[in-house]
This record gives sequence, C-alpha cells and structure tokens, in this order.
Amino acid sequence: MTEGSATRTGHPTVVVDDLHIKYKTFASGKAASGTRALLQRQRGIRVVHAVKGMTFVAHEGESIGVIGHNGSGKSSLMRAIAGLQSPASGSVFASSQPALLGVNAALLGDLSGSKNVILGSLALGNSRAQADAVYQDIVDFSGLEEFIDLPMKTYSSGMAARLRFSIAVSRDHQILLVDEALAVGDKEFRAKSEARIRELREQAGTVFLVSHSMRSILDTCSRVLWIDHGNLKMDGDPQEVVDAYQASKN
Amino acid sequence: MTPTDLEALASDNGLERVGARPPLRAYIVQTWRRRDFASTLARYRLQAAMSENRLGMGWVVLRPILNAILFGTIFGVIMPSDTRPDNFVAFLVVGVFIFEYFTKTMSGGANSIVGSKSLVRSLSFPRILLPIAIVIRQFVELIPMLLVMMVILLVVGEPIQWSWLMLVPVMMLMTLFNLGIALITARLTVHVRDLSQIIPLVSRVVFYTSGIFFDLERVLADRQELLTLARLNPVHDFIALVRGYMVTGNPIEPFMWWIAIGAAVVTSSFGLVFFWKGEERYGRD
Repeated sequence: MTEGSATRTGHPTVVVDDLHIKYKTFASGKAASGTRALLQRQRGIRVVHAVKGMTFVAHEGESIGVIGHNGSGKSSLMRAIAGLQSPASGSVFASSQPALLGVNAALLGDLSGSKNVILGSLALGNSRAQADAVYQDIVDFSGLEEFIDLPMKTYSSGMAARLRFSIAVSRDHQILLVDEALAVGDKEFRAKSEARIRELREQAGTVFLVSHSMRSILDTCSRVLWIDHGNLKMDGDPQEVVDAYQASKN
Repeated sequence: MTPTDLEALASDNGLERVGARPPLRAYIVQTWRRRDFASTLARYRLQAAMSENRLGMGWVVLRPILNAILFGTIFGVIMPSDTRPDNFVAFLVVGVFIFEYFTKTMSGGANSIVGSKSLVRSLSFPRILLPIAIVIRQFVELIPMLLVMMVILLVVGEPIQWSWLMLVPVMMLMTLFNLGIALITARLTVHVRDLSQIIPLVSRVVFYTSGIFFDLERVLADRQELLTLARLNPVHDFIALVRGYMVTGNPIEPFMWWIAIGAAVVTSSFGLVFFWKGEERYGRD
C-alpha cells in the first residue's frame, strides 16, 4: 500500500494519519447496569471506538470508493475527513476544505426548499448575488421545482438528499465526500449525479464515495478502501477489493 | 511509512489539518465574508416563526405588552404606593420591553448551536454565524417593540424630546453586550447541555435584580453595598439609561454610562474569544 501511493500520479490531496475516532454515548440497559448511582458522574457512559488507527493518502484525480458493512466506521471516517468530527488521536490533512454530502434529512426543516438552497449556498461561501445566480441551476439539477416552496421537513429522504446533493455540487470542490447520497435518488438522478462526480474528478478533484452498491463503486471509482470494524482491511484496485469483500460475506 | 513521514508529506504538499480552528483574525475575516448567511438566516427564521402564528409579527409587541399589563396589575396591587416609582406605567413598560431584548437574545444564543445540529453536522462554516444570526433577528424584532414603547410613553403623557434619540447609542451598546452573552451561552450549552434548563432561572434572577417594576435606588437606599452590587448589573444600567432619557423623574448618573460601555466592550470581546476557542467542539458530540 505504501509503495503504491508513492508511485501514483498527482499530488496528495488528503492525508489520513493514524486516525482514531471514539464516541462517548449514554448506554442504557445491560451495558449501563454496573454503575447505577444517580449522582455518579459518567453514569452509563460507554466509549465506542469507531475508527481504530487508519492511515492512507489520497491524490488528485482519484475517485475512491469506501466499502464495508454497516457500523464499520465508514461514515465516521467521512465526517472526520470533512472536519465535522474531531479525532480522538491522529489527524487528517487536506489541500482544501472537503465537502461532505450525507443522507441526513433537512438542513433547516422549518424552512422551504428554496430558502434552504439559498442558505446552503451562502454557507458554502457564496455571496448573496452568487447565491441568487446559482439558485436556478441548483433547483433544476435537483428536479424538485414543484416542491421547492414546501418546508424541507415535508420532503421524503430521497428528495432531501437530492436537494442537498444539488446544493453541494453547485460549487466546485477540490475534495468531495459522498456518503451514500447516490443510493437514494432514482435512476435518472443517479445518472446525472454520477456524471457530475466524474466532472468534478476531471477538474483535478478527489472524490470519496461511500456506497453499498458495488455496481456504482465499480462504475465510478479508481481505487477502493475496504473498512472492517474500524480498520482499513484492504486498499487497492476496485475489482480486486470488491471481489475480496464479496467473498468474505459468503 | 511512519506517522511523522506522513506529517512531512502533508506539509511538503501544502496540506493543512482539517477542522483546525483558524487564528482569530482569519476567523473574523471568514465570518465577515459570510455575513450574508447570518442575516439571511435571521430573516428566514423570523418569517418562518411569524407565519406559524395567526397574529404573526403582532406577537413580537403583544408579548411584552401583556407582560407589562400582568406585572403592572400584580405589583400595582401588591406594592404599597409609596415604594412605587413615579410614572409607574412608563417606568414599567420601558423595563419590561428592554429586558425582553436581553432575555430573548440570551435564550436564543443558548439554543443557537445545539438547536441547529443537522446544519452544523452537514456544512462547515464559522459557527459564530449562528449566534450572530440570533442577535440580528432579535435586533430586527426590537425595532417594532421600541416604536410601540414610544407610542405607549406618549399615551401615558411623557413629552416627546430630543433626548429620546439617545435610545440609539444605548441600544447599540446593549446589542454588543447581548452578542457577548449569546456567544457565551452558545458555547456553554454545548459543553453542558443541562444549562439550557437553568437559563430561564438565570433570566428570572436578572429580571428581579434589574429593577423592572421597582426603583432599585429607592428600595435599596439604606443598603449601600447591595445597591452598589445592583448598579454593577449592566442590564439594570441599560434600562436606567433608557428611562433617564425617555421617562421624566429618572436621573442619569455617569456611572451608568461607564458600566454600559464597559460591559458592552468586555462582554463582546470575551464572548468572541471564548466562542472561537471552542470552534472545534461544536456539533461533534
């Protein structure tokens, strides 16, 4: 793995250096039953070690698929690369602020889709004039014109994901993290977003794609990371890694 | 490859640590560049809140009016008339309206980060924009409140004077002070979620120690040390300044200005640094 990354073309854009992520959560039931005193601090707190020392380097023009079973740490890794989750130890370096596209429902559920488009666009760093200028493109890309005035909390998860995806790709990002966003759209939208991801990659960007669909991983990725229980189990050619992953499941 | 090699590789290629808190100056520049986000968010939130109620914007002024009527009736009956301040209605209305600005900013600030979890978790932007948006929204709501306050003062017979213009600098200072309070409570509730349960209590304590419906100077006249303490409460001084310029029979003393200016500068700069220091923590629990 280390040799491979040294000989790859393109500058490094993301360096993940011995990354550990831990969550502290309040466990209930069995997990919490050893310490039951009401006033005791750290009552029922359980530490979940989601990512256990991951190291890899991503380069310009790479499109990296991330696979693994549910709860293996894929989304935690994406959130850490986007800077939305602070590592317990280790660090993530990037050439520019990575943008994460997740499947979380609304941005601001009380507000209409159109207001979310404007706000999302402003939060990405656009000025008010730029936000107004790209507004129509975003709405057209999302294909949600007729629902755009409804509060975002009334959207289905697929509609919300489409809108969020459209907002995020309206700006050129050097580093784009896509967390299963493609899986929720319909066929037409999926084709459109895959095309947009390829376009971003050609503009010397790096794209991470988390997906359970091996077909879309094989279609869009040039390298695949297999994550298992918080560890990087395999890193390399898409076909090889996907084959090994599928073999392990049977 | 050992970890140190990777660090060197990262710095050789000009990569920077993700999610690192930028230096204060850069943070302020980033925030300024996205000021449109804060003002637009404030406006949209206001519109959404208004469209949920039938009376819409009416509630912004109706709430403090109802509060003033409630306190006026209760304390007008309970308190012996010799401890009641002169021009009681004008005195009370100014107190309740100005206090409303403080308390709504404080509780809004406390909720600004913890209440926008999905936004904070999906987009990265300087988090300080969220408490700023709260202050902008409350400032916008303040304007109709002040107009209604003036109308009430005229109705109860206060003469309109040039000194009413002093409301502008006093409210500017109070906005700075409120911003500082919003920034401090915004970070504190992220660390200790339980604080949002205590905020209403804090607001109640400030309410009773700011002399909303009684004259602190008169009530505490023979308790000099308590009076000094009460005078140090900036909310009391902001209210006292507004009363001094708008309601007859309320003298202004220089210490009020000093405390108002001092509180505005100290609270907002401390709040800024305090909030910025916690930037890496927001939305990551």
